Amino acid sequence: MTTAVEKPRRPMPRWREYGRPRELVVRYLLLLLVLGITVGPLVWQFLASLKGVGEDVFGADASLLPHHPTLRAYREVFDQVPVATYIRNSLIVVVLSITSQLVFSTTAGYMLSKPGWKGRKAVWVVLVASMMFPFESIMVSLFLSIRDLGLVDNLVGVWLPGFVGAINVLLMRGAFLAVPREIEDSAMLDGANEWQRFRYLYLPSAWGAIMVVTINTFISAWDDFLWPLIVLRSESHMTLTLGLSRLQSSSFGYDQRVVMAGSVISVIPVLVLFVITQRWFYRGVSAGAVKL
Amino acid sequence: MATETAEPVTVPGTGRAASVPGTAPSRIRRIGRAVLPGPVPGANGAALYRRWWLPWLWTAPAIVCAVVFGVFPFLNTVILSFTDAKPLGGAASFVGLDNYTRMLGDSDFWLATRNSILYAVVVVPLMVLLPLMLAVLVEKNLPGIGFFRSAFYTPVLASSVVVGLSWQWLLADDGLVNTWLQKAHLIRSAVPFLSDSWLILFSAMGLTLWKGLGWYMIFYLAALGNVPKELHEAAQMDGAGAVRRFWHITVPGVRQAMMLVGTLTGIGCLRVFTEIFMLGSSTGGPGGADRTLPFYIRDVGLDPISGNAGYGSAVSVALFVLTLGLTLLAQRLTKEDEA
Repeated sequence: MTTAVEKPRRPMPRWREYGRPRELVVRYLLLLLVLGITVGPLVWQFLASLKGVGEDVFGADASLLPHHPTLRAYREVFDQVPVATYIRNSLIVVVLSITSQLVFSTTAGYMLSKPGWKGRKAVWVVLVASMMFPFESIMVSLFLSIRDLGLVDNLVGVWLPGFVGAINVLLMRGAFLAVPREIEDSAMLDGANEWQRFRYLYLPSAWGAIMVVTINTFISAWDDFLWPLIVLRSESHMTLTLGLSRLQSSSFGYDQRVVMAGSVISVIPVLVLFVITQRWFYRGVSAGAVKL
Repeated sequence: MATETAEPVTVPGTGRAASVPGTAPSRIRRIGRAVLPGPVPGANGAALYRRWWLPWLWTAPAIVCAVVFGVFPFLNTVILSFTDAKPLGGAASFVGLDNYTRMLGDSDFWLATRNSILYAVVVVPLMVLLPLMLAVLVEKNLPGIGFFRSAFYTPVLASSVVVGLSWQWLLADDGLVNTWLQKAHLIRSAVPFLSDSWLILFSAMGLTLWKGLGWYMIFYLAALGNVPKELHEAAQMDGAGAVRRFWHITVPGVRQAMMLVGTLTGIGCLRVFTEIFMLGSSTGGPGGADRTLPFYIRDVGLDPISGNAGYGSAVSVALFVLTLGLTLLAQRLTKEDEA
């Protein structure tokens, strides 16, 4: 590093900039090892889903790579199992959740970011208080509420308890607070009313937080398991995670390759979203720390 | 302050009235903020909105959700814990402390509590350290490092059900792990990862760790940015190896992040359900031996036939108290750490 400063004229070979060769080799070996541990099981699952009936998935004779890759399991999973119904149900919950979360967390977050109305401290306290209780410790009571509303075995019952999360409201509030007051004042001089300022000034400035809320909501709704397991009863109302878990518990009648195909199908939407909007995922991680 | 008489507000330098007819001042008087020096009118919570209900209208859905599906269920859980309510309805009667006395003498409850606490005790230290090491590994901008970071994050994306399925096949008696161990002649007969109650519990812990690695790695990456590079360089000059630099520079530099990760994962461990459900089947291990507290709450409180929502609520209160205790402990440790 220091030599590079002393002799700026003579550029070092590029790989030298990254460190001593031995250190580099160790680093990459470690990276590959962790890569095998972290994505190995998922890749193995994917490869097994491509195997034909003649190839072993388990046992000493099973190879890692499918010799004759086929999409048979993906056709089968739609024929044998109502996967299309599961996916539709999951999508219903996801779309409902994202819509309600976005609308209500932005509006509430906006108002909480504004000074000058009585009671906003109280609202803030209520929101923070509601985050103190782990879902698992209130789920019995939540279920009784959903039952009293007649929403057992209903997708609305899956969506309703989380229709707007306090954490997302606080996240949006933080993003709106970061908008410079001067911009709003000049917008007011231009005659923009409350709604217009919200819609055309605040919402576009809080784009990052909106993405974080969308992605977090999508993942938690798509991957959620315990609450759908409690609320839903009949097969035609099950979400994808629930349907997949049932495939396993009654597994011995099912072809493992087919179940793996189902798992792969459930991961793909999230993976695609991740590849497109990666940095917002990472932002969501630090946003999660606001929880405390 | 419902109605507002127009104050003559002028834009400095121009002498023009700041108010445009039919806009801001007729509805809100915060306009004064831009042009008047001194204290902002209404900044201390005085009503600025001419229609006082407007802010409430905008925040109402969030308040309703927080109260109806957050605060109320908790209070209701406490009340329910003194009754014998049934999950599918019917008359509930007040039973006093019966549920709590039953709980104290219920060996299954204590087993679930032990499992949950053990889960936290084993997972928290590992989850605090392993992702930090991983973050140090991917911190340096090497060619292709973005790919590795993304790849390490993928287990976070998959639902616990999917990764549970994957691990179930890996750990089966004829699964990949056992096959490889046998091929390497490390073991003779298959390790019963999925039928021995201890092994199920530890496999589930492994699954939690594996799934959380990427998440906390990203979390630590942000924190690592605040550790001064000069310290590392100076230590390297003095001949400190990578391990010593990790313990003496990196770890002290990200202490606060580590405390936060510890707290978050501790709370997370008390909430474990899916991992046990997937690896120990829907019974929660042989004879329910691997059930955690959430698992036990679901079993005793929400079973449509034999469930007792009152008793389930009592166990829920126990879970809440445990979570609260952990949070307070973590806060105290953090404070001591800062002092």
